[in-house]
Amino acid sequence: MPLIELDQVSKVYRMGDVEVHALREVSLTVEERDFVAVMGSSGSGKSTLMNIIGCLDRPTGGAYRLDGAEVSRLDRRQLAGVRNKTLGFVFQSFNLLSRTSALENVELPLLYGGVPARERHRRASEALGRVGLADRVHHRSNEMSGGQQQRVAVARALVTRPRLILADEPTGNLDSRTTVEIMVLFQELATAGITILLVTHEPDVAAYASRVLVMRDGRVRTDERQRARRAVDDLAATAPPDEEPPKGPPDDEPRKAPPADEPRKASA
Amino acid sequence: MIPLETFRVALRALLRNKMRSFLTVLGIIIGVGAVIAMVAIGEGAKAQVEASFASMGSNLLIVLPGSTQSSGARGGFGTMPTLTWDDLAAIRREAPAVRYAAVQLRSNAQLMSDDQNWATSVSGTSPEYFLIRSWKAARGRSLLDSDVDASAKVVVLGQTVVDKLYGAVDPIGQTVRIKNIPFEIVGVMEKKGQSPMGQDYDDCAFVPQSTFQSKIQGGLQKFISGTIFIGATSTDSTARAETQVTDLLRDRHHLDSAADDDFSIRNLTEMANAQADGMRTLTTLLASIAGVSLLVGGIGIMNIMLVSVTERTREIGVRMAVGATPLNILLQFLVEALTLAVAGGLVGVALGIFTAGRLAAKFGWPTLVRPDIVLISVCFSGLVGVVFGLYPARKASQLDPIDALRYE
Ligand SMILES: Nc1ncnc2c1ncn2[C@@H]1O[C@H](COP(=O)(O)OP(=O)(O)OP(=O)(O)O)[C@@H](O)[C@H]1O
Ligand SMILES: [Mg+2]
Repeated sequence: MPLIELDQVSKVYRMGDVEVHALREVSLTVEERDFVAVMGSSGSGKSTLMNIIGCLDRPTGGAYRLDGAEVSRLDRRQLAGVRNKTLGFVFQSFNLLSRTSALENVELPLLYGGVPARERHRRASEALGRVGLADRVHHRSNEMSGGQQQRVAVARALVTRPRLILADEPTGNLDSRTTVEIMVLFQELATAGITILLVTHEPDVAAYASRVLVMRDGRVRTDERQRARRAVDDLAATAPPDEEPPKGPPDDEPRKAPPADEPRKASA
Repeated sequence: MIPLETFRVALRALLRNKMRSFLTVLGIIIGVGAVIAMVAIGEGAKAQVEASFASMGSNLLIVLPGSTQSSGARGGFGTMPTLTWDDLAAIRREAPAVRYAAVQLRSNAQLMSDDQNWATSVSGTSPEYFLIRSWKAARGRSLLDSDVDASAKVVVLGQTVVDKLYGAVDPIGQTVRIKNIPFEIVGVMEKKGQSPMGQDYDDCAFVPQSTFQSKIQGGLQKFISGTIFIGATSTDSTARAETQVTDLLRDRHHLDSAADDDFSIRNLTEMANAQADGMRTLTTLLASIAGVSLLVGGIGIMNIMLVSVTERTREIGVRMAVGATPLNILLQFLVEALTLAVAGGLVGVALGIFTAGRLAAKFGWPTLVRPDIVLISVCFSGLVGVVFGLYPARKASQLDPIDALRYE
């Protein structure tokens, strides 16, 4: 049984008189343990697809089965449960709780999953170790670089041992070396048996996936399997950040990303 | 999610904006503080009034000569003697609800010790008077029937008079001159404090009524130049005693049904109750004004919680993405509002107790902090927090995860 089954799924946004067809009858199946990259021009419906698969949004037409269960039948509480147990998210803008330690950010899904404090602690520390941040456990999210923040986000996504990780442009705000580091993590997770759906604009990033979808105007245009590049090899080939000529901001400099709960200035 | 965690998250969110949290609960703090302080002052005043009425005497009626009607040729009550010694005897004999009756003949006089003098109110009375007012001698003895029978030149002093004339010296056995006549001091009465009207009960001296008539007032008279104090048999029978005495005196004074009373009766129990009622009304009024400010504080909480929900829309989105249920989010904001309100309530209690204490110290106002009012105030502010926090919390919990995440 496929993990994801989309059957003629559409999403129409109505803006006054205008209808925006973000998805047009997309049918798609993704088997467990697959690593799928979703590409396509801006506005082609990639994020919309990811949000529907991630149970954050509901389609306006068609059927979506996740792990055999019809998602449209679930209420808000049950959807929260699915997101908590089955899914993990990595966002382009990291979406960590600001002024909150890495550990607590990673513990968050376990908290809502009702995991007792001790085990929560242990599993969150373990997840942070797995993304190479064992020494940054007590750093707050605003005290970390973009790459580190995204690794915390990956730790948060994997800590619940989900079946599926959804990543919408996770490397969009990162420099090339950090991008490769994050891709190493994703490939490790894929090897460990987690299904991954990853949106990207960069063919270099898509190259690490074993299947590439290209979307255009709300439809899946091409859907091809490929031999994935190994991210670890690329990482070994790149020079460490301090020997590299300054391309992007260095790894240790905190990067400004909009934190999730920062008070926002009123901007209409 | 575990309640403790919810509380921790709420506390953290509140501490993150300390100044704002403080300003938000200022309304609650002031509201609760005002309730506590005002009720403390009201209750203190009530207790004081009750105590001073109690010190007047229990089940007390006072019969004054003269009509209560002040118009016409007649003066007000107390000006024209209408009560006779026979009336007193009749009251003792014929009114079953009356336990004690005694006269209080009164005159202002100069008292002189060897080296001091002091003007005070001198009363002529009999031993029953002290029973009616449940007043005992602190030192020496009170007046005795034998003093009255013998027209003895003995005097019992109030504490204030002793303080003025003798200071720390023991006055018992000393001689004090009243209107230049020497009296032996046989006793000093217990301290009574102030009357409800602020008059000093202890600024007084008592001599036997017979001695008063012959030495101070000058010459025996048919009429009583003073008032009759009556002690009813019980608190419940004061009203009955009042009716019986009224009927008896009207009958004895041959007043027909159209005529006004030529005397008047004051029922101290009734006056005390009326006073206490007044105090209670005042306390209720003050407390409700303070209660309104609590409600205003609640609206302040709602306002800030709504702002907070808007500000933290993305945080809500993130929490929902990782598995927070609508209930989790609802509780998070509700607990936040509740924590805010209860914390404000507790600070308000401290402020109220402090204020009451300062007022008591500074103005000598009596204050009484009632624990039940403290508890009710804190619970009420908690309720205010829940009621006014519910709408923002519901709003947060009903956000769509994707809209919340995309919120700019
Ligand atoms: N909330 C919304 N209301 C109205 N239209 C929307 C909304 N969200 C997306 N759309 C429209 O749906 C279409 C698909 O949007 P989507 O975000 O899925 O694109 P995308 O492929 O992720 O683009 P990008 O690469 O820029 O992120 C766009 O035309 C967009 O304008
Ligand atoms: Mg997108």
